[in-house]
Amino acid sequence: MKHSRLPLNVTLFVLVFFYLPILVLVVNSFNAARFGSGWEGFTLMWYRKLLDQPNVWHALSNTLIIATGATLISMVLGTMSAFGLHRYTDALQKYHFFLIYTPLVIPEILMGMSLLLFFIALGMQLGLFTIFLAHVTFCISYVAMVVLGRLQDFDFSLVEAAQDLGATWWTTLWRVLLPLLMPGIISGGLLAFTLSIDDYVITFFVAGPGSSTLPLYIYSMIKHSKDMPIINALSTILLALTATTVFFSQHLTKETRT
Amino acid sequence: MKTRAERKKTLHEWLITLPPVAWLTLLFVIPTLIVFAITFKPVVPGTGDIGKGWTLTTFRSLGNPNYPAIVWRTLWISVMNTTLCTLLAVPAGYFIARLAPRARSAYMMLVIIPFWTSFLIRIFAWKTLLHPEGPIHGALAWLHLIDPQALLLYNAWTVLLVMVYTHLPFAILPVYAAAEKFDFRLLEAARDLGATPLRAFFAVFLPGIRRGLITAILVVLIPSLGSYVIPDLMGGPSGEMIGNKIAQRTFVDRNLPHASGLSALLTLAVLIPMAGALLLQNKRQPERMMTEDA
Repeated sequence: MKHSRLPLNVTLFVLVFFYLPILVLVVNSFNAARFGSGWEGFTLMWYRKLLDQPNVWHALSNTLIIATGATLISMVLGTMSAFGLHRYTDALQKYHFFLIYTPLVIPEILMGMSLLLFFIALGMQLGLFTIFLAHVTFCISYVAMVVLGRLQDFDFSLVEAAQDLGATWWTTLWRVLLPLLMPGIISGGLLAFTLSIDDYVITFFVAGPGSSTLPLYIYSMIKHSKDMPIINALSTILLALTATTVFFSQHLTKETRT
Repeated sequence: MKTRAERKKTLHEWLITLPPVAWLTLLFVIPTLIVFAITFKPVVPGTGDIGKGWTLTTFRSLGNPNYPAIVWRTLWISVMNTTLCTLLAVPAGYFIARLAPRARSAYMMLVIIPFWTSFLIRIFAWKTLLHPEGPIHGALAWLHLIDPQALLLYNAWTVLLVMVYTHLPFAILPVYAAAEKFDFRLLEAARDLGATPLRAFFAVFLPGIRRGLITAILVVLIPSLGSYVIPDLMGGPSGEMIGNKIAQRTFVDRNLPHASGLSALLTLAVLIPMAGALLLQNKRQPERMMTEDA
């Protein structure tokens, strides 16, 4: 039977569409030409200029502080959430599922706007702490979804075996369930970490003076179209970091599946 | 009366559920309700702060004659984006799901990497490509396909292009997940019974991956309606969407009640497709049970 070639062609088109712009960006970060209209020789000038930018280090450290804090807290809350959703099915869990599922789909601007009004209503000073609270709020759902996926494939006969051997609920949780689920929890955490590092919209709404993060910094550079080759260099570094994170995350997935 | 074991089970449930539920109730549900409440609050003139008492001023000012054009643009860009993403995601998901397992995971890896890649960087990549001095502009002008003075950036079509670019991985993932579970022997059975390949695709494959299709449409359509970054960076005044108006009212005009009013409208607009998808999926339940029994 002859298959239509359309699906193959669409898939190849999609992959070229995905990667061509990113490839051009990476190549241009080493291109001496200012606008990348042609190749004018290899240079590391844009990387050197990036290092001389005055605010980039401050923005980077803010980003990392927020992402680390938000990842740790959302890993704990998201894992609890997944356990609850997996084990129980009553009215409380229906509400719980709504709370986890809705933030995954609603537009970010709505979450940003509502958190801004909430922090104003409480009279809170906008800054790193409000950004941290906001990031935990959207990261919980992602961690919960990843861990819930792992729980659905989990072999619960191990838990029963532990309990048959006299282990209490707590012992089973700490000595059997959590260690076995750790790769899943960590890969949920990695997702939370990348989402937090990357978030612009929500951060923009709840940031205060002096709490600029890397995405806020990049945004203002893009918006004003200034120093475009420097953003190429910064983007290339961030892409390398992302690729490393994906690699580790995929590695974790493979280990639990086999 | 509950037994001791039952009470213990309830206690465990509350211990494990309460922290995330409390966090999300406090920082997600209550803030959303505040948005609706502040729509009916007055502004303190000059400061943009929220005044005392209640008023319908904002509610009435949402009849602003500029809004229908922006609402219309938001709708058509979102619907076009969803349609294009679905049209590309279905053949791609079908193709990848039919590959051998090893090739399948390699292709899926290629789809997932953009999903993890910084959203701003992917938008910026297009800005350099379409820039008046960038490669695409140069190539098109050299081929005499566009006027060298023409601007490829800052219009609604560019917004649509970049939206498809950033949302497409989100559409491929659920379509692929459903296609991977689809039993492709059903397509051969349909062919054996005399269906043309096209008919088999539409009458057997598409209904078979319905759940994945609904998810794909939902995860593209809903965030599109609230787009802010892409129209702000790529749209210019002729590509503005509702999200841009919300940000303008908040940060430029300092009118929080007006921004809340627009956000409340957007929330209601987003609830319609969500409720629709929920209804469609519930309707499917009895049908699925029947096939599982068989």
